[in-house]
Amino acid sequence: MIKTWNTLTAAVLGLGITSSAFATELTVYTAMENEQLAGYKKAFETQNPDIEIKWVRDSTGIITAKLLAEKDNPRADVIWGLYASSVALLGKEGMLEAYAPKGVEKLDAKFRDPQNPPLWVGNGVEATAVCVNTVEAKKQNLPIPTSWEDLTNPVYQGKIVMPNPASSGTGYSAVNAWLQIMGENKAWTFMDKLHTNIGQYTHSGSKPCTQAAMGEYPIGISLDFRAITLKRQGAPLDIVLPKEGLGLDINSVALIKGSKKLEAAKKLEDFAISEKAFLLYQPNAAALARPEFNVKLAEMPDAYYDRLISVDFNKAGSQRAKVLEKWRERYDGKSEPKN
Amino acid sequence: MTSVQHIQAEPAQRKALLKTASAQQLDFLFTRGVKALMVSFVVIGLALPLIAMLGKVFDVEGGLNGVWQMLTSSRFMWLVGNSVKVSLSTVALVVPTAYVFAYALQRSWIPGKSLLRGIALLPLMAPSMLSAIALIYLFGNQGLLKAWFPDGIYGFSGIVLGQVFYNFPMALMILISALGMADARLYDASVSMGANHWKTFLNVTWPGTRYAVFASSCLVFTQTITNFGIPVVIGGDYQVLAMEAYKSVVGQQKFSEGALIGSILLVPALISFAVDLWMRKLRGSQVSSQAPTYVAPSNRLRDSILLLAAAAVAIALLSLVVMAVAASLINFWPYDLSFSLRHYDFESSGGVGWLAYRNSLLLASLTAVVGTPVIFTCAYLMEKTSSGWLDGLLRLLCMLPMAVPGLVMGLGYVFFFNSPSNPLNGMYGGIGLMVVCCIMRFLTPAQMTATTALRQLNEEIEAASLSLKVPLLTTYRRVTLPICLPALLEVFRYLFVSSMTSVSALIFLYSPDTILAAVAVLNLDDSGNIGASAALSSLILLTSAAISLMLYGLSRGLLRHTQLWRA
Repeated sequence: MIKTWNTLTAAVLGLGITSSAFATELTVYTAMENEQLAGYKKAFETQNPDIEIKWVRDSTGIITAKLLAEKDNPRADVIWGLYASSVALLGKEGMLEAYAPKGVEKLDAKFRDPQNPPLWVGNGVEATAVCVNTVEAKKQNLPIPTSWEDLTNPVYQGKIVMPNPASSGTGYSAVNAWLQIMGENKAWTFMDKLHTNIGQYTHSGSKPCTQAAMGEYPIGISLDFRAITLKRQGAPLDIVLPKEGLGLDINSVALIKGSKKLEAAKKLEDFAISEKAFLLYQPNAAALARPEFNVKLAEMPDAYYDRLISVDFNKAGSQRAKVLEKWRERYDGKSEPKN
Repeated sequence: MTSVQHIQAEPAQRKALLKTASAQQLDFLFTRGVKALMVSFVVIGLALPLIAMLGKVFDVEGGLNGVWQMLTSSRFMWLVGNSVKVSLSTVALVVPTAYVFAYALQRSWIPGKSLLRGIALLPLMAPSMLSAIALIYLFGNQGLLKAWFPDGIYGFSGIVLGQVFYNFPMALMILISALGMADARLYDASVSMGANHWKTFLNVTWPGTRYAVFASSCLVFTQTITNFGIPVVIGGDYQVLAMEAYKSVVGQQKFSEGALIGSILLVPALISFAVDLWMRKLRGSQVSSQAPTYVAPSNRLRDSILLLAAAAVAIALLSLVVMAVAASLINFWPYDLSFSLRHYDFESSGGVGWLAYRNSLLLASLTAVVGTPVIFTCAYLMEKTSSGWLDGLLRLLCMLPMAVPGLVMGLGYVFFFNSPSNPLNGMYGGIGLMVVCCIMRFLTPAQMTATTALRQLNEEIEAASLSLKVPLLTTYRRVTLPICLPALLEVFRYLFVSSMTSVSALIFLYSPDTILAAVAVLNLDDSGNIGASAALSSLILLTSAAISLMLYGLSRGLLRHTQLWRA
């Protein structure tokens, strides 16, 4: 059936099937940014001409939901570029195949599954930074914040956007970081205060920074790399790294148990932590699982590496449901938008 | 011996007898067969996935007790209240406006009708994201007309405006088709009895169109209450049920909660169904097939008022579309307003743009080509023939799609079609399953358009064909279809354009080869490439508009050739 449709597609649209007849098609689920995918695919396929990557890309929430929904009959062969807290959850569900890729010993122990062989290994770190629109800050007379605590200042009322942790991986890594840095009680008090300043909770982790860049809301708690991209496009942004520390998650690689293309999948995992791959991650992530590849991005403030906290991803994954439940009870709904 | 003689003696009679028998058999096959096929199609394409999804409701923590607790929580009540408020406001704004607009198009002599109609259908031609993005550019915190909404556009007003924009053409399609057919003799009679315009409207026009008003209200209400795309983009912290289902599933992987809300969103459809049955019983006179089509006399005052009203609506709709397209051509809003095509270079934003676009074209064509005959034939048989319990079952099944949120349907498809024990498993991830999903998703509105047109035909046609012993299929092909050609083309256009723009269900069904443009729009926006997503939306809009214009030309050409009898 699928073949028929594919042939039809090709016939109707003159779409040649580009892969050679014998290439193994590897279905790779990812939540990485769209613009990064083409380069990763090309590099891997050049090195492995007999394997072709088929991306399925979506937000962290949707990809995780999709993987869980397909649990009994997985479609994915590999996960490449999904947050460790989500991947750890899949590991708990018994959906992952443990594998020690070539060069696993070179990874920073913080950025791989502690068990041996690991269920997942990390590549690029994604941290939560604060984007401040300098034009709007000036116009609206807002001080530039320097800490998470600063964001609870009443001058920012309705001016801050952050991702909803229930739908966004970035949002969850921020909440997780506050819980870890401040301790449970203090963190919830902080979030209570922050909540009164939030203009909007977004569904995606990149959007708050986009909104800050467009001046829609002057301040956005967002993915660090999005801030860099937007700054390069000419957005009037200041990247603020709160002094208490930055929440983070790490894009990870893992094999799906039951994949019929395990050998090809292993090659992909090998590649994903190879030197070549890390050179590709370099321009897209300020911190990497192999720290020797870390290169400071010109747009990123110096304090970046010192501010990254160390996260227990298994814990972050297993307490996720509970934390989100509480978060939703407190901040999601009930309240009319405050203006 | 005698029998042979008999046959030889009366060959003509024998032939007639055979003809009757075969006509009856053919009718039976056509009627029952198609209905049974349709029932199984809807069962496989909707009911079973829905059951797979509903089954998940019982996975709610705490079982039935947990379900009860969730339903009676104050938060849940708040969500229900918000959803109903948004949906009723949308109906209250859309249906009267669309009625006036449809009236202006069908019952006046105002100039520029085809232009007005074209503009009014524009919202259908882009993903709902586009209107929400445009609203933000217009009325958001950096919006051009920010002052119009001092309290901000995010929230209730934004959702309702977005929904109004998005739903307007759907209501309009039904009302245009209802106002397009009217018995001129009734108007002559009314005028000759000395009734004024208003009285004529109340006594002739309104009774002839109130079914369509009801049908469009139902459609708008259920579409609004189940749509999550618009609230996600512009809802801010104002939350509605459909969004809650979306968030439960996508954000928290709580399939059971999503399933529960999904099943609650079925209630409006079931109520619509009950009221529809009741209205069929009350249904009054309809336009008979030999009725001359009413053409409104010219009236300057009426026409000026209608022109003003229609133009105001058209300008409002157009400005949203123009804003979105303009946004896709601006380098960096609002700080660098120079012209730029950089958002159309999809290579730099992941490179899926053009593949997704080609896939969407294929999906939309297949859905329209396959869906139109299937849906129209089904509507015809349901209206014009009776097959006992099969009818009630089919009617219920055909109402269901309208109330199934796309997301729940998508998940239902994952649970049902992706299950290894399902023999149809191989369809998962292919365009074939997406076509099925699209036909199911858009079945109810398309069928309502068909039904509204069919209800205006008199049942004498079938009675005549029966007494002439002409097979029903022949009558259908030679009489009904040509009469309904305009409605048929509307259905085709609706299916094509809706498949081109739909996201919610398909987001769970695509595979890497079959990624769709509207899904890519969402992905691009999700990753912050708002410019690229506006650009891809604009491409979808242009394509849909071009196809619609083509169909419009075709419809006009055909009308000239086939509808001469109306004059």
